[in-house]
Amino acid sequence: MKIRIFAALLILVGAVLGYGVYQSNYTGHGFVSNFPFKLGLDLNGGTHLAYKADTSTLPAGTANDTMNALRDVIERRVNLFGVSEPSVLVEEVGLGTTRDYRLVVELPGVTDIDEAVRQIGETPQLEFKLVDSSATSTATDTPSFIDTGLNGQYLKRALVEFDPTTGAPMVGIEFNEEGRKLFAAITKANVGNILAIFLDGQAISAPVIRQEIREGRAQISGGFMLPEARELVRNLNYGALPVNIELVSTETIGPTLGKAVLDAGVHSGVIAFIVISIFLILWYRLPGVVAVVALALYVVLNLALFKLIPVTLTAAGIAGFILSLGIAVDANILIFERTKEELRRGKSLRDAIHEGFARAWDSIRDSNSSSIITAVILYYFASTSVIKGFALVFGLGVIVSMFTAITATRTMMYALPQSDNKFWRFLFTTGFNK
Amino acid sequence: MWIVKNRKIFYAVSIILAVASFVSVAIWGLNLGIDFKGGSILEVTYIDNKPEVNVVSESIAPLGLESTVREAGTDGYQIRMRSISEEERVSVEQTLTEATGAYTVKRFNSIGPVLGSEAARKSVTSLFIVLLAIVLFITYAFRRVSEPVSSFKYGLITIVALFHDVFIPTGVFAVLGHYQGLQVDTLFVTALLVVLGFSVHDTIVVFDRVRENLKHDRENKHNQSFEKIVGDSVGQTFARSLNTSLTTLFALVVLYILGGEATRSFSLALLIGITAGTYSSIFIASPLLVTVQKWQEKKKSK
Repeated sequence: MKIRIFAALLILVGAVLGYGVYQSNYTGHGFVSNFPFKLGLDLNGGTHLAYKADTSTLPAGTANDTMNALRDVIERRVNLFGVSEPSVLVEEVGLGTTRDYRLVVELPGVTDIDEAVRQIGETPQLEFKLVDSSATSTATDTPSFIDTGLNGQYLKRALVEFDPTTGAPMVGIEFNEEGRKLFAAITKANVGNILAIFLDGQAISAPVIRQEIREGRAQISGGFMLPEARELVRNLNYGALPVNIELVSTETIGPTLGKAVLDAGVHSGVIAFIVISIFLILWYRLPGVVAVVALALYVVLNLALFKLIPVTLTAAGIAGFILSLGIAVDANILIFERTKEELRRGKSLRDAIHEGFARAWDSIRDSNSSSIITAVILYYFASTSVIKGFALVFGLGVIVSMFTAITATRTMMYALPQSDNKFWRFLFTTGFNK
Repeated sequence: MWIVKNRKIFYAVSIILAVASFVSVAIWGLNLGIDFKGGSILEVTYIDNKPEVNVVSESIAPLGLESTVREAGTDGYQIRMRSISEEERVSVEQTLTEATGAYTVKRFNSIGPVLGSEAARKSVTSLFIVLLAIVLFITYAFRRVSEPVSSFKYGLITIVALFHDVFIPTGVFAVLGHYQGLQVDTLFVTALLVVLGFSVHDTIVVFDRVRENLKHDRENKHNQSFEKIVGDSVGQTFARSLNTSLTTLFALVVLYILGGEATRSFSLALLIGITAGTYSSIFIASPLLVTVQKWQEKKKSK
């Protein structure tokens, strides 16, 4: 009796989970909607950028720290895009002394690579230059400038400020200690002169120095619009990258392509499930029905895990999952074939089922162990995130299938009545009888 | 058991296929995709005014990017180029807009040559590590059955079968690469690794039965010949091997037909590999156990 309650419970849990998975995906409200599927770039559309970092000029042993600093800078820039769930990862490749560092940026939903590359790679250059007053200045000539040595390097921080009288946005900058001294010296020596502020080689503001400025602060009133001022502040603050980076790989998937791939994946998953179910029921009869229920449980458990972990699903991941449907029933097939053999030897149904499970266990354990080994190696040596996603789905599938095809199937099989009349035995024998 | 008895025929089939695969790889090589070689792919679709192929190819040819254009679907083109920089990409898109009008970019992918050769290296490494791990695992799992064939040899035989399973899809892809332009990418390598996993899985099930029957035979002192025991084991697991492969192949056929372009060559590689894997587990691996045992006997009697 106990086993029947347990079996009913299993099916109930499966049904509830299945309903939850379905609800969370298609209705989009309530508690379960907190767990959406996480779709990879190839399904959702988006941009994938890989940068190679030039760490050759760094002192030995500092590469890791530098890469983390680089990641932080890029992450902050990327976060300002307003992209949902961007990811910025440092990858280390190569062995021994020839290590390469790479930065991988994934921007779901962003399909404008120009804009993405520009925003990520942009390092603004801020310079202060004096107008050369010694040169004969006729009004029509463009004035010539003298470098002061004061530039963005001496910046402590930048912030958006507003002109107290006009309310126009300005960019306030604050120098660090060295910059403060330099700024004071320049302003002291050049009262009455013009100190032009250059951004990326363009003069954006040309204020006249009224007096020595000791507190190390300045305002740039370049006639900004508010968003411009914000962007400049951001770029100044997160300014220089700690190492030079070079774009080595880009990938963009349009949203329509992603949708088509996803639909194709879901569609073939459903059809594959139906085909496998028909085969199992035709060949294994009543145990086949049990296996189909177990397979449904397998699907539901896996989908729930994909949501909870969460696993980023890619086209290859979905393919791996569909493939695993075929493999997941292997344990069932092993057990049922064994049960059938024992029945043919004249054992009672109860004993035959028992033997079937007991004897099939060794092969299930060994064969699944080898599959798990493959999945783990695949995961660690994956050269792309696509392969990693596949390996994760595949490995997870093998583990879940051991539960559904053994524990769940056994529970349900034992819950069935085990009478030894002819008809009932027929329902348990399978395929062709020799 | 007919399978073990006729093992030479099955060996011959496998050897012919493996050699043919080897030769086609040697002659034509593999048509490597941009994941391995480096390069760029730009896929565009036109809403209603799709231009002719030569308009597209001639417009971008002067840019000197070693571009080739082929049709992709009914409404677009796929342009393959050498690995191009961001500026070059912008100029390709501009040139294309000027020459052919409005289009949407479905996909753009560019991989530098460094990244490509690294992917190739990683792929080969992971293949070898999987093979090694499998030999070690099988040697361990079958450590108690060292008579008459040592457990290490079970591992080696598995590897022979696995090479066979990897050779055949590779050969088919070399042929298809030559005649149909089918490319080998990192997903293909993933498919090979899955084939390895699946085939070992299959082989282990048969070997496990051999292990069980050997133990049973010894305990009951039946003293059956090794050949008979292996033959019986293959026979007993035959239905299971076939059925598991069938359910997997069903899933793959569905995936191949309905799964869309992105995973089509992946499912093709898996279909071929898993078919080869099923064949090798039933018709090659277990009969090889018998062959090895016979060799040992011959050596002893000399």
